[in-house]
Amino acid sequence: MTGHRIETRGLIDRSKPLSFRFDGKTYHGVQGDTVASALLASGVRIFGRSFKYHRPRGVWGAWFDDPNAVVDIEFGGITYPNCQATTTQLIEGLVVRSVNAWPTAQRDLKGVLDFAHRFLPAGFYYKTFMWPDWHLFEPIIRRMAGIGTLNTDVQDNFEAAILHDHCETLVIGGGLAGLMAARTAAKAGKSVLMIDDHPEFGGSSYRYPNDAADAPSNWVDEQLSAIEDAGGRVLSNTTAIGVYDHQAVSILTDRGVGVAPVVRKLRPENVIVATGAVDRPITFSNNDRPGLMSLDAGAEFLARYGVLVGHQIAILTNRPDAANVAAQLENAGANVDLLDPKSGAAKTIGSQTIKGLQLAGHTHTCDTILASAGLTPMVHLWRHAGGKLDWDEGRQTFVPSTGPDWMRVIGAANGTFERDALEEEARSAALNAPSPKRRIYSIPPLLPDTNNTEGRQWIDFQHDVTLKDVALAHRENMVSVEHLKRYTTLGMAGDQGKTSNVAGLAAMAALKGQKIPEVGTTTFRPPFVPIPLEAYRGAHRDTQVAPLKRLTLEPDHRALGAALGEYGGWLRPAWYGEDDEKSAVTRECQMARSAAAIMDSSALGAIEVIGPDARAFVNFVYYNTMSNLKPGRIRYGFMLTEGGLVFDDGVMACVDDTRFIISCSSSHADAVMAHLEHWRQDSFDPDRVHIHDTTQNWSTVTIAGPMSRAIVEELGVLDTLEDLPHMALKFGAFEGVQARVARVSFTGDTSFEISVPNSSVSKLWQQAIAVGKPHGAGPVGAEALIVLRAEKGYIIVGKDTEGETMPHDLGFGAPRLRKSAAFVGDRSLHTDNANREDRKQLVGLSVDSGEPLLPVGAHIVTGQGPDRRSLGYVTSSHDSVALERPISLALISGGLAAMGEKVEICHMGSSRHATITSSCAFDIEGTRIDA
Amino acid sequence: MQRFPCPFCGLRDEREFRFAGEAGKTRPDTTQEVSDKEWANYLFFCKNAKGPTCEIWVHTTCQEYFVMERDSATMEVLDTTPMRKDVA
Ligand SMILES: [Zn+2]
Repeated sequence: MTGHRIETRGLIDRSKPLSFRFDGKTYHGVQGDTVASALLASGVRIFGRSFKYHRPRGVWGAWFDDPNAVVDIEFGGITYPNCQATTTQLIEGLVVRSVNAWPTAQRDLKGVLDFAHRFLPAGFYYKTFMWPDWHLFEPIIRRMAGIGTLNTDVQDNFEAAILHDHCETLVIGGGLAGLMAARTAAKAGKSVLMIDDHPEFGGSSYRYPNDAADAPSNWVDEQLSAIEDAGGRVLSNTTAIGVYDHQAVSILTDRGVGVAPVVRKLRPENVIVATGAVDRPITFSNNDRPGLMSLDAGAEFLARYGVLVGHQIAILTNRPDAANVAAQLENAGANVDLLDPKSGAAKTIGSQTIKGLQLAGHTHTCDTILASAGLTPMVHLWRHAGGKLDWDEGRQTFVPSTGPDWMRVIGAANGTFERDALEEEARSAALNAPSPKRRIYSIPPLLPDTNNTEGRQWIDFQHDVTLKDVALAHRENMVSVEHLKRYTTLGMAGDQGKTSNVAGLAAMAALKGQKIPEVGTTTFRPPFVPIPLEAYRGAHRDTQVAPLKRLTLEPDHRALGAALGEYGGWLRPAWYGEDDEKSAVTRECQMARSAAAIMDSSALGAIEVIGPDARAFVNFVYYNTMSNLKPGRIRYGFMLTEGGLVFDDGVMACVDDTRFIISCSSSHADAVMAHLEHWRQDSFDPDRVHIHDTTQNWSTVTIAGPMSRAIVEELGVLDTLEDLPHMALKFGAFEGVQARVARVSFTGDTSFEISVPNSSVSKLWQQAIAVGKPHGAGPVGAEALIVLRAEKGYIIVGKDTEGETMPHDLGFGAPRLRKSAAFVGDRSLHTDNANREDRKQLVGLSVDSGEPLLPVGAHIVTGQGPDRRSLGYVTSSHDSVALERPISLALISGGLAAMGEKVEICHMGSSRHATITSSCAFDIEGTRIDA
Repeated sequence: MQRFPCPFCGLRDEREFRFAGEAGKTRPDTTQEVSDKEWANYLFFCKNAKGPTCEIWVHTTCQEYFVMERDSATMEVLDTTPMRKDVA
């Protein structure tokens, strides 16, 4: 017989039974149970299998400090992976599965790995699976070794509320010390928030029901009332997951299985950390057997859940208060042996269940062992905040030393384990008074014996790190704590070393002949306990992160049956009408080349540069010379990064000497704006040049094609189009409102961009459609436009360029050699790298008519066998309607000097051929642009 | 999550700011001869000091660049100053 429920004790409601399943069998618990307490009460010992060797593992701790009982929980058809059985509140109908065990924890077929343990030491995976390629082995190893099963279904309505909160004093931990501190602070007039991760406040007070005249729960209730009467607030089931820069604290409220957590972020003026301490395991042979638990786990399961963890219990600890725990266990009906771990080497007897404890040659019969090598204060939040630690020889652990003045650590978290010392410490923290001196407290050292690394002496239970592994790491010179951690994975399990770190450091210190503080500790990082990823997301997703930009003309596009799609953050018409995409795009391409395309170009950025230094400014931010651009004229150009890379391309119009209008890629307007502001404030007098983004104020209708001139004339925005050559700008009026007409072309045909304030664009659009119809013109969407521009070899930055592309790679080499004024990125265009002849350059690729498209991303390859390598790849690929054959753009090493060469194209294992051509495939002479 | 005092808008969340570079870097005069080394120093090399640093940041919501002195180890903000000549 092992664990069982007793008649008294506990914070549970025995009148409310709950049923659940564990590894295929039905079990019963009661309201107030955790999954772990209900299973222990039912006599279950084996909760899962360890990560590497599949050793049977039971519960070690009663709360967040348990590294072993990790389970998958299914509820309402959704699987929640890797839940801690010890902290998951039981509810009716949970389906619980042990992880890492197949088919069940009790009978694990992979348990055979344990017999192969000699071949699986630390670093085994690194060393064995390197040749020829780790990736060959990875899938198999991952399947074998993984913890938990991820559910790919997305649960509806599982959205964490992420809130902002405020208080003056935040008390983290509502045990004895926390309650006292919160009460004092609240009574002193502070706005107090006290949190505790348990459903009930009170911490360890329930373990000793006979200590106080009143029952502990009465004392706890009294403190809570006093706090709330003084205006304080309390939150149960709430844990502090991290302390961040500038006094920010995130706290998370667990709302049970199936309900998303609530996260609160706050910046209290003072933080009082009263997070308690947890038992350290003793490092000895087979110390991982199910039935060996921490001393406090034995006390907590009894006090909170009315579960007596065994009948014949051996207590093995150096803790001076062990007798108190023993007395409680005996009162509850157990036989207890209080043993001295210093008396000699220890070893558990029994494999699946504990049959006894061998100590200094004597065998003590027992079914349960409660062990502790001392208490480890939970100093994580103190370290998050930048607080320092001291090694305390008496306590045999690290305790808080100096740190931020707004944070105080009290109670067991500060190494104050005696209850009569708590009141003064809590009071001083609450009132910001000097803290009392830490009391002398001394326990006999109980560290891993590195002279005897034989047997299986576990240090990290979940990740299967033994004393022998630490010794191996030492032999292989992985002696720094950070190397030790990564080489053995010590402290990398779900509990992040809460139970294992001190023993691991102590072992390494002993092996190196150093003192523990000389070895140091690894970094403590948030979150304090594993939390669902949802806690980081909340409502921050989809369009709430990146809201779609909407066109003024969207209702008009919808009225025309547009298929809308997202392009660079804008919701734009992809094509119009009822046809499927291919037919619609073909029809729109034909219409654009034979009559005219009427397009909404409002998403293009429109940034105005104004002021006496505007001309000098645009000349500096453009690769191309802009100093001689005359009023009323437009020039195409590139903006570069200071590294000489193509950042954006587009046209710029000169209105007059003090006003320029930059048109940039639609997806890039915000970035271009930031880029311009940077240089304006860095290199210019910001009072003499101003930048104004008008993208959201103006809308643009583009009419492009052989019939465009006739249509624009009929619209009457300008009196005459005679004096408006290609790349010129004129102001006119549309129905009494100022309008701009620009002759620029992204299709290669005669093209007019008419810009008006948003309020007038719907009328302009409708008139253009009406006027265009008799000419055979109509609306054209983004998909057809992308084909039309590709026929001309006009690039889309970010698609036909990459993170190394410079303007001369695109055939625009003149300013690099001729522009004498300084411009952004200039010097970077003259490095050895920029001068290489094998740079990837933009070219066209042609295949024979009737052949399929070259896939985007397909590689241009050269050489055979081991010499085979990529020269570049296809960036754009379309069926040209006008040319009746596929066209492609590609970035190819040395491509501009290889016109007419036949190259091999490789994609997903198949090989084809294509011919390198100019990037412009259609109307190469450019006669259509001014037709 | 840090909070930075924009000299124009006051204390704001760090998500509203962007780092723009270490203070004190001057763009070489590229109309004159600039050696590879000089250009690389300007373009790529930072002091990246642990401790007190002097940096240029931009508050993206008001678009003003300013100088921020802060401690890169403790994250303490020591001072912020506008770069505008007319704002003392
Ligand atoms: Zn600001």
